[in-house]
Amino acid sequence: MDEKVATIINKYNGDRGQLVSILQDIQTEYLYLPKEALIQVSETMAIPASRVYDVATFFRAFSLEPRGKHLINVCLGTACHVRGAVRVLEKVERSLAIKREGTTKDRKFTLETVNCMGCCAVGPAVKIDGEYFGQMSTDRIAPLLTKFD
Amino acid sequence: MRKLNSRQDLEALREELVKKQQSNKPRIAICNGTACHPYGCVKVIRAFKPELVKRGLENKVSLKTTGCHGLCERGPVVLIEPGTIFYQQVKSEDVPEILDETIIKGNVIDRLLYTDPATGKKVVHQPAVPFYQKQERLILGNNIEIDPTAIEDYISVGGYSALAKALFEMTPEQIIEEVKSSGLRGRGGAGFPTGVKWDSCRKAPGDIRYVIVNADEGDPGAYANEGLLSGNPHSVLEGLIIGACAIGAHQGYVYVRNEYPLALANMTAALSQAQELGLLGSNILDSGFDFNVRITRGGGAFVCGESTALMASLEGKVGEPRAKYVHTVEKGLWDRPSNLNNVETWSNVPIIINKGADWYRTLGTDGSKGTKIFSLVGKINNTGLVEVPMGITLREIIYDIGGGIREGKKFKAVQTGGPSGGCLPESLLDLPVDFDELTKAGSMMGSGGMIVMDETTCMVDIAKYFLTFLEEESCGKCVPCREGVKRMRQILDDITEGKGDEEDIDLLERLSATLIDSSLCALGTTAPNPVLTTIRYFKDEYEAHIKERKCPAGVCKALIHYYIIEEKCPGCGLCVKACPQEAISFMGKKKPVVLDESKCIKCGACYDICKLGAVGKE
Repeated sequence: MDEKVATIINKYNGDRGQLVSILQDIQTEYLYLPKEALIQVSETMAIPASRVYDVATFFRAFSLEPRGKHLINVCLGTACHVRGAVRVLEKVERSLAIKREGTTKDRKFTLETVNCMGCCAVGPAVKIDGEYFGQMSTDRIAPLLTKFD
Repeated sequence: MRKLNSRQDLEALREELVKKQQSNKPRIAICNGTACHPYGCVKVIRAFKPELVKRGLENKVSLKTTGCHGLCERGPVVLIEPGTIFYQQVKSEDVPEILDETIIKGNVIDRLLYTDPATGKKVVHQPAVPFYQKQERLILGNNIEIDPTAIEDYISVGGYSALAKALFEMTPEQIIEEVKSSGLRGRGGAGFPTGVKWDSCRKAPGDIRYVIVNADEGDPGAYANEGLLSGNPHSVLEGLIIGACAIGAHQGYVYVRNEYPLALANMTAALSQAQELGLLGSNILDSGFDFNVRITRGGGAFVCGESTALMASLEGKVGEPRAKYVHTVEKGLWDRPSNLNNVETWSNVPIIINKGADWYRTLGTDGSKGTKIFSLVGKINNTGLVEVPMGITLREIIYDIGGGIREGKKFKAVQTGGPSGGCLPESLLDLPVDFDELTKAGSMMGSGGMIVMDETTCMVDIAKYFLTFLEEESCGKCVPCREGVKRMRQILDDITEGKGDEEDIDLLERLSATLIDSSLCALGTTAPNPVLTTIRYFKDEYEAHIKERKCPAGVCKALIHYYIIEEKCPGCGLCVKACPQEAISFMGKKKPVVLDESKCIKCGACYDICKLGAVGKE
């Protein structure tokens, strides 16, 4: 029984309608959704584990795998796409030797793609740990990554 | 802050706030919109405070961090009043000079002004910047006036006066009649008449009703809702409360996209401030009307922008849509009558109530009234959020407001409506922008993405891009969408890889017809639009890929190759270092480098790093 998970469920009074919000809060706490937490949600809230799993895998925002220390989001929105976002993504993949939705072996970086972050005017955009970087190009990736230790 | 117990309380507070602001204090408004963040607006904001204190100006100057000003391309932007002095690309180092020169001495700093590329002249005042001239910033206009996290600011510019009018001077039927007669249509994309929807929800049988703000702006390349919700959340909330009053709902929901942290934070703050002032809760302003709002984060699923999927998600279920034999206005959230409108639709409501339907109808075309916000992005000079009267032409938006295509390149297409919309060619640039005209041309209004493409954008690749997106986002419930989109994407994969067949275009069209006829929700029925419009207007590009095995725009990797333009290459070696494959060899100083195509993975690193244009691709 995890206290933190119990507190989150209590915050929503165990309301089954708030399942998505509860999972989001758990993810904010652990950076991913641990299996034990999902089981606890299922048992405490009397929702079949299959349904919790259904929701946890349906939405793109959830991760069932532990993430790295730094989360990189490469935007693949249309505005970023037409300005070369794919090349930026491939450069990050090569630099970290991982593919999209992957985590480096040392658990330092997780690379995820996102379909628009709402700063289309400055694309291609990349977000690392919540900080936005605009007008990215392949030659700007390596210097940027060294800033995150 | 004291609770407002009556309409008189609200007006008294407004008077007090306006009086406070009427002093001739200079005002500095700094954009804190999401798109200004990558440019470092936070550093600029932080720099102002200590510099003001250093000069003893902290009480003599009003400093405001606001929402998006619109011209994101030139961020961070700072607007100084009086005088509407418009500074762009401001850095934290510029702050002391702005205070010493502009605020204290009244001088304009030439270096920070916008240069009109057409005339080469500097522009001092914001309204004179060409980007703003053809706009009608009815809804976004207050973004530069207010701090979105301060309800006082919104009230001082007239906020919640429409709510008071609706509560005390109008019956619910009159509110609905006013919205109906304004001609307001849903800004989420489909353009359903808002008043008619409200009326159906009000009349649907049941005791409990809900109103919902759809802020799950999922279209990639659109941030119109983001700019509005983060820049002026109270305008959306005021519209929602008025709608709730008209429909007879006592509970509302705001469903915000998970990827919009700023919009989420500002809307959350707005709700608690409105609650504190008594503009939400029980017996609002002593009108006898009770209304509460809950905010919910989306889970990052595009399909949740669809009303029934959004409501399923609000119920804590997976966001799968259902067939709409019974409309959501009759049976929506928890099977109760529910009225869902887009962020921008809601924020039009206070304006209609205040200024009247007759006034509102003067804006726009016969079938589409009012204004529309677009996120004007892509290969265009002035990227940003624009608000234009309906009926303006695409050409005016792209050339007069947007300043034309970047780097002097040639216009190819403009994409509206996101993955459900289409790409329109140069021959349609004089098309007036309204719901019906865009639909006739094979695209749609959508929630406000307008992505401009130039000669270096491959239209087959764009069609593939949207189908790849839709394949990922298809919920999988109905077969036509789940399987059809996948097959169409596979065909496009083949074409872009040089494995296309002459019958492929015909096959894509036939699959499209099946999707349109038989998909469960709008995600599937509109999914073929990006393919159909690119085939309709850019068939030659498909044919070049299929027959000649060539990508005219130089995008599709399998069909292009990179090469060194020897006359232009000074042998600086930058590309040699950039190449991850060691495919480029340094041949000595002042000698052109040599590219070994057998090692090249076409990553584009050399092309990006060479600023001399010595790397070519075709």
